Amino acid sequence: GNPARGHDGAVMGSGQFLQLLIINKAGGLIYNQNLSPGAPQLGSNDWLRIGSTFHSLYAIMMQIAPEASKGIQKLETETFKLECFQTLTGLKFVLTASAGLVQPTLEAVIRQIYELYADYVLKNPFYELDMPIRCELFTKHVTSLIDSYHASSSSYSGSKNVAGRS
Amino acid sequence: MDAHRQVSAAACAYLVSEMIQHFMARIRTAADLEITLHRTGQCVGAKVYELVSAREKSGRRESGIVEVLQFISITCWKCLFGKVADSLERSTDSETEFMIHDARPMTNRFISLPPSLGQLNCASYIAGIVAGMLACAQFVGLLVLVIY
Repeated sequence: GNPARGHDGAVMGSGQFLQLLIINKAGGLIYNQNLSPGAPQLGSNDWLRIGSTFHSLYAIMMQIAPEASKGIQKLETETFKLECFQTLTGLKFVLTASAGLVQPTLEAVIRQIYELYADYVLKNPFYELDMPIRCELFTKHVTSLIDSYHASSSSYSGSKNVAGRS
Repeated sequence: MDAHRQVSAAACAYLVSEMIQHFMARIRTAADLEITLHRTGQCVGAKVYELVSAREKSGRRESGIVEVLQFISITCWKCLFGKVADSLERSTDSETEFMIHDARPMTNRFISLPPSLGQLNCASYIAGIVAGMLACAQFVGLLVLVIY
């Protein structure tokens, strides 16, 4: 089949993280970051619109579910998957990755990003709650976390060998 | 201090963060904030010096400036931050100038400065602590600078 190509035309590797969004409890987007070159390159207004639309969809899901539902947690398509984690305070972390990403699980990575948020955003005296996040230490640590996963996944795919001999 | 008497880094970070926010409400410029942090540190430094002397050295006091600075950069640093300062150096220019180096000061660990306060260094709180300690050790009139 055709290899999946990202928005920059390059072939998507064994799996890459694409985008991180953080949406505050009012539905406003307070953070977005491209995690690989193949991620869609949209303008900041587009991301704001996507953030608030996702927030509304999330609320709709909670209402139309037959039993008590916690909203959207996972969304999978043929080309990408999405994971959403809502904190106890109503903040949503949304992480997308290409479909080929098997390890690590998006849920585990989102938890680590949540820890980075608790450290480098919430302990920053110059950050106001629910405002756009402009903390360079947070961005730096998210980037290095994602880069370490990309590096280890590409070395893994490079060392695949054929098992079994007759 | 006893090894089991520990405080989480998160708790310290929240306290430092709240202290800075408290001052930010009243202060306009980065320079004034640094001065206020320095002054606040002095109150802490004087008391910590007494406490650490009593606990670690049974109340014996050093009298030479080098011994006092060694006591501060090693023993007091360990009690306050759980590590010793990276180095203590004497300046080549002047006999009375010394430098305590700490590459990762506890106050700055989680702080990302906004562009409007680009000159601020929150480690001036730590400089104030050292100044307070020196004052308590009867070395008054020494200037304490921040090195990062």
